Amino acid sequence: MSTPFYVSPQQAMADRAEYARKGIARGRSVVVLQYTDGVVFVAENPSRALHKVSEIYDRIAFAAVGKYNEFENLRIGGVRYADLRGYTYDREDVTARGLANVYAQTLGTIFSSAAEKPYEVELIVAEVGNAAEDDQIYRLPHDGSIVDEHGSVAVGGNADQISNYLDQRHRDGMTLGEALRLAVDSLSRDNNGGERTLTAEHLEVATLDRTRPQQRKFKRILGRQLSRLLEENAPAGGAKPVADAGAEEASDAGGSAGPSGKGAKDNGAKDNGAKDNGTKGNGAKGNGVARKGGSGASGADSPEESGGSSDAKD
Amino acid sequence: MDFLGAHSPDLLPGNRPLPVVQGAFEAPHGTTIVAASFPGGVVLAGDRRATMGNVIAQRDIEKVFPADEYSAVGIAGTAGLAVEMVKLFQLELEHFEKVEGAQLSLEGKANRLSTMIRGNLGMAMQGLAVVPLFAGWDVDRQKGRIFSYDVTGGRSEEHGFTATGSGSVYARGALKKLYRHDFSENQAATAVVQALYDAADDDAATGGPDLIRRIYPIVTVITEDGFRRFTEAEVSEIARAIHEGRLELPDGPRAELL
Repeated sequence: MSTPFYVSPQQAMADRAEYARKGIARGRSVVVLQYTDGVVFVAENPSRALHKVSEIYDRIAFAAVGKYNEFENLRIGGVRYADLRGYTYDREDVTARGLANVYAQTLGTIFSSAAEKPYEVELIVAEVGNAAEDDQIYRLPHDGSIVDEHGSVAVGGNADQISNYLDQRHRDGMTLGEALRLAVDSLSRDNNGGERTLTAEHLEVATLDRTRPQQRKFKRILGRQLSRLLEENAPAGGAKPVADAGAEEASDAGGSAGPSGKGAKDNGAKDNGAKDNGTKGNGAKGNGVARKGGSGASGADSPEESGGSSDAKD
Repeated sequence: MDFLGAHSPDLLPGNRPLPVVQGAFEAPHGTTIVAASFPGGVVLAGDRRATMGNVIAQRDIEKVFPADEYSAVGIAGTAGLAVEMVKLFQLELEHFEKVEGAQLSLEGKANRLSTMIRGNLGMAMQGLAVVPLFAGWDVDRQKGRIFSYDVTGGRSEEHGFTATGSGSVYARGALKKLYRHDFSENQAATAVVQALYDAADDDAATGGPDLIRRIYPIVTVITEDGFRRFTEAEVSEIARAIHEGRLELPDGPRAELL
């Protein structure tokens, strides 16, 4: 007869968290960026049928990584919640905050219930406001906590590295093309420092566009439109007036600090530079260490952040 | 809707206990809706009057709504119930689209509306009927289609034009003489406003274009590009042109005898 072992609650929770984190890390990432007219969602997703990004309500969209059946379940729950709310009260009464709270409750309950395995998912709920200041982005990790994000967010495998990359380069007031390019660049970096080329076929892109005349602001960017946007903003095109001053400094400084060193690709150096940095930037591990600082700072707006990294040089 | 039924059945129209009615019961009623198809799509228009017995309950009620991007629904009958039915219908189409990631077929939408009207049968028997017209662009067949309903939810597809509501008899008569298969979008819109004018002419419960208060019929068009509502300026132009014409010929344009 086997005797049950005593497992301390700390240990049990740590195990569950570890399990969920591993599940999430296996998947490809999703990034969400603010741009002038709203919020853009970019996911690496070769499937046309299984979406990682979808509409929840007029101004609210949802992105997820992890196990498909689990987040699909949550997505449908969210659509139901939002539609029922909107029908019972008014369309304006459906908010991302309310939805994020419901998700947090659900995820939290499942995470700490001993009967079920924790969901291996990480969600993003975003709402577009009338102005950029009113946009809201919430990240919901597997354990049911809520993180209020600004500017840029990444979830999924490799998320830390990608968010570092994004934090340094994202700024307010980017155009859709610029934001999309930045997102694709960030997604195409492997965790071992290599580069992959992501084409329109591998990407799932959608926006919440506040300038859309319709009530429902969610729009998928597909096929030709996507390829056109990607081409227009391709790094080789050279027409990339991103405020590189800050980024350049950061990359100079970044030789030692893994994450910023890796990011130099967008700057003048272009392709070659990128490869050099790729090898040099084996600081992928350094990223893991830098993560805490990075994600802590991710709350701040991007301009301040690039300022922050150039300070680091001093 | 099934989810709503299981989760909060009190929100569904069909599940309410019916009040016992003694004598005549009056609630605002909406009146005439007209639809006509043309080669590139379909127009759906409605007058603006709601009546409660002999009283004009509202002069500027809106009775034509977008159901989703490619369809619209116009309602005749008890205004309160009809508006709720449309809200639920819109919700259902949107919900389906979001959950499934694809739109219902136009046929599917029309069937769904049919079920909803049937759910209201109990109320209809007590005099609170809702009879909509449904029009939309069929994305698969690439043409505009019109569906009309009766109180029991019976659904029939109409080819060309149709009307519903108390003024529908006159409106249909007018359209019969005016309708051509090769209408442009603007011609189709003019024809339906003419028909509404004729309905208002002979039916007390239908309101004509009110030039003094600047209340014009609602005219919507659904084409390949989706739903569009004519702006007030566009409709006022059509209404004024019709008004001018009728100063000469009070009964409207004359059809040929043979």
